Amino acid sequence: MGAKPKVAFFDFASCEGCQLQIANLEEEVIGLAELVDIVEFREILTGKAPEYDIAFIEGAITRDVDEKKIKDIRSRSKVLVALGQCAVSGGIPRLKNNNPSLDNVKKMVYGDKYNMPHLDTYPTKAVNEVVKVDLYLPGCPINNKEFLRFVKEISLGIMPKLPNYPVCVECKLKENECLFDLGQICLGPLARAGCDAICPSNGVPCEACRGTVDNPNKNAMHEILEKYNYTVEEIKRKINIFGVDPEVKK
Amino acid sequence: MSENIKVDVHHITRVEGHGNIKVNLEEGKPDVVEWQVPEAPRFFEAMVVGREYHEVATITSRICGICSVGHTLASLKATENAMGIKISETTTVLRELLKHGETLQSHILHVGYLVTPDLLRVGSVLPLIKTHTDVVLLVTKIHRLSNEFCDIVGGRTTHPIRARVGKFSKMPDKKQLVSLKERLVESVSDLKALAEVVKSLAGELPDFTRETEYLSLTNKNAYAFYEGDCITTDIKAPLPISGYKEIVNEFIVPQSTAKYGKFNRESFMVGALARYNNNHTQLTDLSKSVAEMLGLNGVCYNPYMNNIAQVVECVFAVEKSIECIDWLLAKDLKVEDDFFEVKAGSGSGSVEVPRGILFHEYEYDDNGLCVNANCVIPTNLNHNNIQLDFEKMVPEMKHLGEKELQFRMEMLVRAYDPCISCSTHYLNIEFK
Repeated sequence: MGAKPKVAFFDFASCEGCQLQIANLEEEVIGLAELVDIVEFREILTGKAPEYDIAFIEGAITRDVDEKKIKDIRSRSKVLVALGQCAVSGGIPRLKNNNPSLDNVKKMVYGDKYNMPHLDTYPTKAVNEVVKVDLYLPGCPINNKEFLRFVKEISLGIMPKLPNYPVCVECKLKENECLFDLGQICLGPLARAGCDAICPSNGVPCEACRGTVDNPNKNAMHEILEKYNYTVEEIKRKINIFGVDPEVKK
Repeated sequence: MSENIKVDVHHITRVEGHGNIKVNLEEGKPDVVEWQVPEAPRFFEAMVVGREYHEVATITSRICGICSVGHTLASLKATENAMGIKISETTTVLRELLKHGETLQSHILHVGYLVTPDLLRVGSVLPLIKTHTDVVLLVTKIHRLSNEFCDIVGGRTTHPIRARVGKFSKMPDKKQLVSLKERLVESVSDLKALAEVVKSLAGELPDFTRETEYLSLTNKNAYAFYEGDCITTDIKAPLPISGYKEIVNEFIVPQSTAKYGKFNRESFMVGALARYNNNHTQLTDLSKSVAEMLGLNGVCYNPYMNNIAQVVECVFAVEKSIECIDWLLAKDLKVEDDFFEVKAGSGSGSVEVPRGILFHEYEYDDNGLCVNANCVIPTNLNHNNIQLDFEKMVPEMKHLGEKELQFRMEMLVRAYDPCISCSTHYLNIEFK
C-alpha cells in the first residue's frame, strides 16, 4: 500500500473492551498514528470517512438494523477484521442463544414490556454469519500486542496468521503447575494459544476465549478427561462460555 | 422572533456505547428535546441463568470493558452474600486496591482522552499529540501506570482474572507492589500537574446548574467505593443495598434500550459528583485541596463538574492505594484455600464504579446454579437526569445558536462519562 492505510473501528453488541485494549497501547497508539490514518474510531474521536483499507469490527450482530450497518461497512472496506471474540464467534453475547425462547430472554430483562419494538433482538450471530470476514483476531479481550502485529503485517501486505498450537504449550513454557493436577478442569489442551496462557498463569483454568486450534487433538483430550475423571459434557459446557462451537469443529 | 433550532447527533463520539441527541425547536410545533439510547441490548440477566456460581462474574465482567473490575466485584459480592461467604481482610484490601486502580484508570482515560479535546475544541486527542505534547504525555503516563496497576493486582487490565468467589487465585508479587507504590508516590506530582492543566481549561466548562437528587454509597469509615449503604442528598439516613429496587425504581421508555430510574424526584444523578456531594467531607486533605483549587467547594449542582470530581477522585485513589499497598506489604500474602460451602440463596452486591453506584443480585439453587439475576447499571440511572438537564439547558442556551448548543449538549453527555455498553449499549444526538 502506497499511502498510509485508512483504518476504522466499529462496534456492535460488545463491552468495547477490545477497543479499550487499543487505547491502552498508550504511546504505541501515537506510533500507530504514524503508520496508518485512523479515520473512524467513535469511542475516541469525532470523524467519518467514505471508505476504509482496514475495518476492525468489535461485537456480535444481534439486530436487523446492525446487520444493515455491517453490510454497508463491508461494502466500503478492503480488509475486514473481526476484532475480539464477540465478533469472531458471537462470544459472551451468544450465551443468549442457549435459551430456546427469545421471548423468555427478553422477558427476563424487560418484564412485561419486552415486546416494545425498540427492544427487538434476534439470536446472536458472529460477524462471518452476516458478511465475509478476511481476518480473525480472537480473544476476550484481545491481546493488544497481537493487534499491533496485525496492523503492521496488513500494512506491509502480509496476511497475519494466528498461533495454531494449544494454550498448554505456552503454559508449560511458563512452568505452571497443571491445573488438572490441582483438581480443576481446563480447556488449555484445545484452546488456541497467543494469550501467553494468561488465565492458568493466574491460577484460573483456560476458558478458550480465543477459540480452539484448527485441529484439536481430541484423543489427547479424551485421555486427559479419563485420567482426571471428567466428562465430555463438562468440557462442552465450559467451552460454551465464549461462544465456541461445542463440537470443536473449525 | 424565534429561530428554528435543529440538532441531530447520531451516535455521539468519545463516549463508550451509542447514544443520540435530538432537538427540534420550530415555531408552531411542539418542542422535541430528546436523549436517545439505541444500543443493542445483550440480555446479560438471561445469559447467566443456568451457569455455575464461579462462572457468573466471568460473564458479567463482560457487561463493560471499562468498568470490568467494578462488575466483577459487585458480582462476587452478590454471590458471596447469596451463599453467606465471608471473605478475609486481605481479600477485602486487595479488592479495594483493585477498585482504586480502576477508578484511576477510567477517570484518567475519560478526563484526559475524551474530555480534554472538548476543552481545547478539537475532535480527539490525536491532534493534541502535536499541539499539546506535554499534556498528552502526562495523561498517557498516568494512564499507563493505572493499567499496569490493574495488571499487577488483578492479573489483567481489562476483565480481571484473579478476583474470584471468596478469594484471589493469585497474590500480587511483593516486589511489584513495592515498585507500584514508588510509582504511585511519584504520580502525585503528575496528578498535581494535570490538575493545573485542568484548572487552566476549567473556564471552558459551561456554567449550568440543575439541582437533582444525588445517589451513591456511603460508609461512616471511608469515602465509599467498595463497601457501604445507599445515601442520597434527599434522605437523612442511609438505606441498606438489599433494598436497592425501591431506590432505583427502574422503568422502560420508548427512546431507550437502557432502563431509566428515579427515587424522590423525577430523576437522580450517580457518579463522581454524586459521591463527592454525599461524601466530600471524607476526602483526604490533598484531594480536598485539589477540589478547592478546581472550584469544587461542597455540594455542587453543575453536572459538567463531574469531570472535576473525577480529577479529585484520581488524587484520592492514588493516596488510598498507597495505604492499601502498605497494609499488604506487612502481611504474608498466600493464596487461600477454598473454605466455603456451595448452597442455595439469594443476595445482592454493590460497589461504586467510575460512573456511579452499581448493583448485582443473584439467586442460586442447591447446586450453585444461577436461577435469577438482576444488574442495575449506573449509566442507566443517569439517562433520565441527562434528559432533564437537556430540557433545562436548551431554553437557556438556544440563543448561542445550533452549533454551540450541540457542542454543549454533547459535552454534557460526555461529562456524565456514560458507558452505554454497560447500560445496554448506545448514544446518538439528532437535532431535528
